[in-house]
Amino acid sequence: MKFFIDELRTMLGSAPQKWSKDDHSQAARDIHTFKQTPEQRKLRIASIHEELGNKVKNYRWRIQRWASIIIVNMIFVLSYWFDVQLVEGALTASRFVGFHLADLNSALQVVLAYKVILINLVIGVVTVLLIWWFVGGRSFCSWVCPYHLLAEIAEMLHIKLVDKGIVKDHPMRRSTRTVMWVVFAALAFITGYTVFETVNPVGILSRSLIYGAGFGLVLVAVLLLIEIFYSRRFWCRYICPIGLTYGFVGSISPVVIRYDLNHCLHEGECRNVCMVPHVLEMTKKNRAHDEIIDIGADCTRCAMCLEVCPTGALNFKIRGTGDLI
Amino acid sequence: MRSNDMTTTDNNSTRNKPVTNQPPRHRLPTRKERERRALLLSFLAGGATIGVSLLGYVPIMNAKELRLRPPGALDEQEFLASCIKCGQCVQVCPVEAIKLADIREGFGIGVPYLDARKQACDFSCDVVQCVLACPTGALSHDLDKKEQTRMGLARLDKPDLCLAHQGKGFKGIARGAKFNGLHRYVKVDRWNPIKISDHKYDLPLCDLCVRECPIKDAISLQPVSDKPDDKRRKPVVHEACVGCGMCEMICPVEPAAIIIDERKKWDQKGKQA
Repeated sequence: MKFFIDELRTMLGSAPQKWSKDDHSQAARDIHTFKQTPEQRKLRIASIHEELGNKVKNYRWRIQRWASIIIVNMIFVLSYWFDVQLVEGALTASRFVGFHLADLNSALQVVLAYKVILINLVIGVVTVLLIWWFVGGRSFCSWVCPYHLLAEIAEMLHIKLVDKGIVKDHPMRRSTRTVMWVVFAALAFITGYTVFETVNPVGILSRSLIYGAGFGLVLVAVLLLIEIFYSRRFWCRYICPIGLTYGFVGSISPVVIRYDLNHCLHEGECRNVCMVPHVLEMTKKNRAHDEIIDIGADCTRCAMCLEVCPTGALNFKIRGTGDLI
Repeated sequence: MRSNDMTTTDNNSTRNKPVTNQPPRHRLPTRKERERRALLLSFLAGGATIGVSLLGYVPIMNAKELRLRPPGALDEQEFLASCIKCGQCVQVCPVEAIKLADIREGFGIGVPYLDARKQACDFSCDVVQCVLACPTGALSHDLDKKEQTRMGLARLDKPDLCLAHQGKGFKGIARGAKFNGLHRYVKVDRWNPIKISDHKYDLPLCDLCVRECPIKDAISLQPVSDKPDDKRRKPVVHEACVGCGMCEMICPVEPAAIIIDERKKWDQKGKQA
């Protein structure tokens, strides 16, 4: 339980707990001790050198994920253009073959601003809640959100520019996002307007794709420029309340990325590529409190860590199914 | 240095790598300095985000006239609050009358509206499809007949331009050959709206606004004087008017002689004849 609470606290912005030896399971303690023996250390360092020496680029998951983002958004677009009525609406709310779906954060803003519980919205929210509870909460971000795709491309540019020493990343406090979530909820309730939707790049992008481009895209472009030249993954990391909303849902999701301490070389490649590296705190040496750990709530299940992990210490799992899947 | 997580407490990830190719010119900031900088930036970024979002109130505050909203729209403030900005109403409208507002309308971003002169709601769908499509009831589900709609009220804005008021007829295409507006002519095709520019008129006295009005008894032509040989008539709007804008769209003069007062209701208007 305390590990779960720490996951939530970490998602809200605090630093991950550095567990003392007493909190470690016996298995974890054994592995940590074993890894510290001189021959194991030598072996580990040799493995890392070998791995860094001939890095293989692996885009297996990214291809699937980008395809997912493009396909989901194109279903919305094409279904309207060709009037097939498979999916009607935009990402904020829609009908899938007639069945209501509502984005959790948009629905929350509407209910807070309007102060009436609407039955269609309840149906839509429950459906979406169940789907995203199962597939992992923030997997919405990395598998569906159109802004995420643009931001990933911006991030690639940003990293290139950083490597060349042209720009510098400016990290901010992760707790900013929690503050944003509270402020936008409060603003909706107090003003009676869905204030967040004015700057919501996800809604703007989704509507622009389906109904045609608008001036809102200027805002999206500004955000991308900030992310390329100033602060890596600025919107998704530090601001977006949608991510936090889905993060809560994902905290108890069956679909997770699972960490296996036995295979880990602790070199930190996974943390380098991760948008939310605080969820990978246990991959640091001597930090894992258990042999097997499911990655925390804030994880977007983007699988970039899987792609860079040379030993397969990180894998998709469905909680409760053991090694069946 | 690619590891940039604020919560990174040890330097494992950076220790093994060359930090930079160049000789160190500056002292690296201490952890405390980095955290203070991050806090400051967070305040600025968060403040800017909230500030920009609140700018959305400016267009609301400065709006000189209200938008024409789809059938069943709640009162403006409630409408903006309850609309989830998904555009399902846009998708079901057979004449594509409904558009979504841009970010320039602030809090009204993504909210549906109509520009009656370009494309009015002519109830081609018969059953107010947009209301049925609305997932939040921003287009009130209390409404199930087109006659119950109250989008606004038509008003003869420029009597001098009105052809009927001048006793003139109308011959030809109502809004010119280039006009893209759609309308369902029941006698031409009961189920499908056609282009207004595909429909020619030959009227001894222009009565387009009355003829194409989709609502019974909403508008009629009445004599201008008592003289029996006076051909002149003027369109008079009645309480049944729903403000759909069909008369404004079809009016053949430029600018339209008859327009919609958005959101106006009959009791507000009084018994203006």
